[in-house]
Amino acid sequence: MNQKTKVINKRRKRMKLSKEMMLEMLKKMLEIRYFEEKVVDQYARGAVPGLAHLYIGEEAVAVGACMNLTKDDYITSTHRGHGHCIAKGGELKPMMAELFGKRTGYCKGKGGSMHIAAFDKGILGAMGIVGSGAPIAVGAALGVKKQKLDRVVLCFFGDGASNQGTTHEAMNFASLHKLPVVFICENNFYGISVAQHRHQAIKDIAVRAAGYNMPGVIVDGMDVLAVYEAVKEAVKRAKAGEGPTLIECKTYRFRGHHEGDPNLGLRYRTKEEMEQWKERCPIKCFKEKLIKEKIAQKKEIDEIEEDVKKRVEEAFEFAMASPFPSPEEIYDDLFA
Amino acid sequence: MREITFREAVVEALDMALERDPRVFLLGEDIGYYGGLFQATQGLMKKYGEDRVMDSPISESAIIGAGIGSAIVGMRPIVEIMNIDFMPVCMDQLVNQAAKMRYMFGGQLKIPLVVRTTCGAGRGAAAHHAQATHAVFMHFPGLKIVTPATPHDVKGLLFTAIEDENPVLFIEDKMMYNMKGEVPEGYYTVPFGQAAIRREGKDITIVATMRMVHKALNVATELEKEGIEIEVIDPRTLCPLDKETIINSFKKTGKMVIVDEGNRVLNFGSEVASIIAEEAVEYIQAPILKVTAPHVPVPYSPVLEKEVYIPNEEKIKKAVYRVLEYA
Repeated sequence: MNQKTKVINKRRKRMKLSKEMMLEMLKKMLEIRYFEEKVVDQYARGAVPGLAHLYIGEEAVAVGACMNLTKDDYITSTHRGHGHCIAKGGELKPMMAELFGKRTGYCKGKGGSMHIAAFDKGILGAMGIVGSGAPIAVGAALGVKKQKLDRVVLCFFGDGASNQGTTHEAMNFASLHKLPVVFICENNFYGISVAQHRHQAIKDIAVRAAGYNMPGVIVDGMDVLAVYEAVKEAVKRAKAGEGPTLIECKTYRFRGHHEGDPNLGLRYRTKEEMEQWKERCPIKCFKEKLIKEKIAQKKEIDEIEEDVKKRVEEAFEFAMASPFPSPEEIYDDLFA
Repeated sequence: MREITFREAVVEALDMALERDPRVFLLGEDIGYYGGLFQATQGLMKKYGEDRVMDSPISESAIIGAGIGSAIVGMRPIVEIMNIDFMPVCMDQLVNQAAKMRYMFGGQLKIPLVVRTTCGAGRGAAAHHAQATHAVFMHFPGLKIVTPATPHDVKGLLFTAIEDENPVLFIEDKMMYNMKGEVPEGYYTVPFGQAAIRREGKDITIVATMRMVHKALNVATELEKEGIEIEVIDPRTLCPLDKETIINSFKKTGKMVIVDEGNRVLNFGSEVASIIAEEAVEYIQAPILKVTAPHVPVPYSPVLEKEVYIPNEEKIKKAVYRVLEYA
């Protein structure tokens, strides 16, 4: 029988999580937020030498998902990849240095914002071509299965990539071989500038899972705990050899498609819509919840926030102080 | 030494590779029960099982992606794209991902991936199953490209490809599968980046790829009777390309014809001619000529395909005579 699509209800009774874990989630989301706000600031000054697609607003997805992973698990990422990398353990200094094209960057300044990888952290790389990550994620899962490793691969992609043939080839292949991969679709409702209802005839991308006989799950991508729970079940299923899951996280990017998208995307979306989503800011809402439910005090949260700000500033200073590659390095690392 | 066919040499190399290294596995369309469209994986699924010789869905991007992903986490995949004409279907995975990942990620990873495919016209397969587009891939830094021309080389080059830590595009000329030649029984490698001088000569250099090597050799044998000594060079790998052997031969002869089944514009021969122009201009005694397929898709009708499209001995001879007019 075919797998069904299900919706994770917000009101459903949640599993109990430790305070440490929830504060870790908050810290990671703040790292992404402040890292990228620094990029916004530097971009506006003309100091960032290339493109930057920001994740601000979508932090709950990467953090909720990656909290389920060990250091040995893998992720594949996208052009909007800073959040995935930070959530999977990517360090701020080499990430920031990479954005500025420095030799101390994760990719020695060869990749930039759209191509950050950290193989020692299980970050198999951010791919700039929309839809190109899924086949590679599935390949990594095939390698994991063949080597009988207790690992899972999370494949992040967006609503735009959900229309690429590569994504569908990958899902079919993964489900056919019951590979340990979780497809995490960040539906931010825009494929660059084209609204979801103008680029696909379905409302819920998760329904496409049925076509590959895998579970499809719809989750509130602004709720870090909801994402965490949904991915937890999928990871368990994947590691048990039961195959992939497609999890659609409904979310929203607060910035434009990339820095430099005029008026943060007002050519194709409304101010009202943007304001409504900002009300649901994953960080703001999570902080409120922690305080309201007396999980943490405001003072504790402020301390975490101050520490994150400080470390982002240190990362920036590290990047500024780092050297550029020397011209002869252009030929390095083409072949092993 | 025993003689076996080019096809048997491929099967033997794959068999030995599967035997020698548990990380090696095969993935491709119809390579299992069917044994491969050209029977180049015949019997391997029966011997090694469905986990190591995997029939794939007709999903070329998933095939290459599965190869890349499994390679970067520790496997040594050999994947197959049935015909090189299908490569555009998965071009992104091959040229944007496999070829670029190591460089754009600053050398953090190795991609020990072999992508086997076939090329060549002559079977009435027309525009979508018969091209020889190997030269296209030379344009993408990060891929190694192998074009074997003998049963001996296909086996030895395949081992080298499997042991390489980089993505290797391994192109088998489908019109050579039945060609017989001497092939050692055991394990041996043929290094990348070392051209073979198939025949020595002092009057003119012919650089030829895959099946065209043999057509060039036929011409060399024939023209020997007229006192023309042709040197025939088989580059064996297009990337890395053994420029040195080609240039040294040209310095000796001062004349060159390149024979390659690819289409005419930006043919492999265009690059060779450019190398000579840049690095050996003072030795040029005559125009450098290319004998290629005309710049059209592969036509179906046997008259057009076999007599006009595929470069043949007549055309090679004509080019040689024209170059020798400058003696």
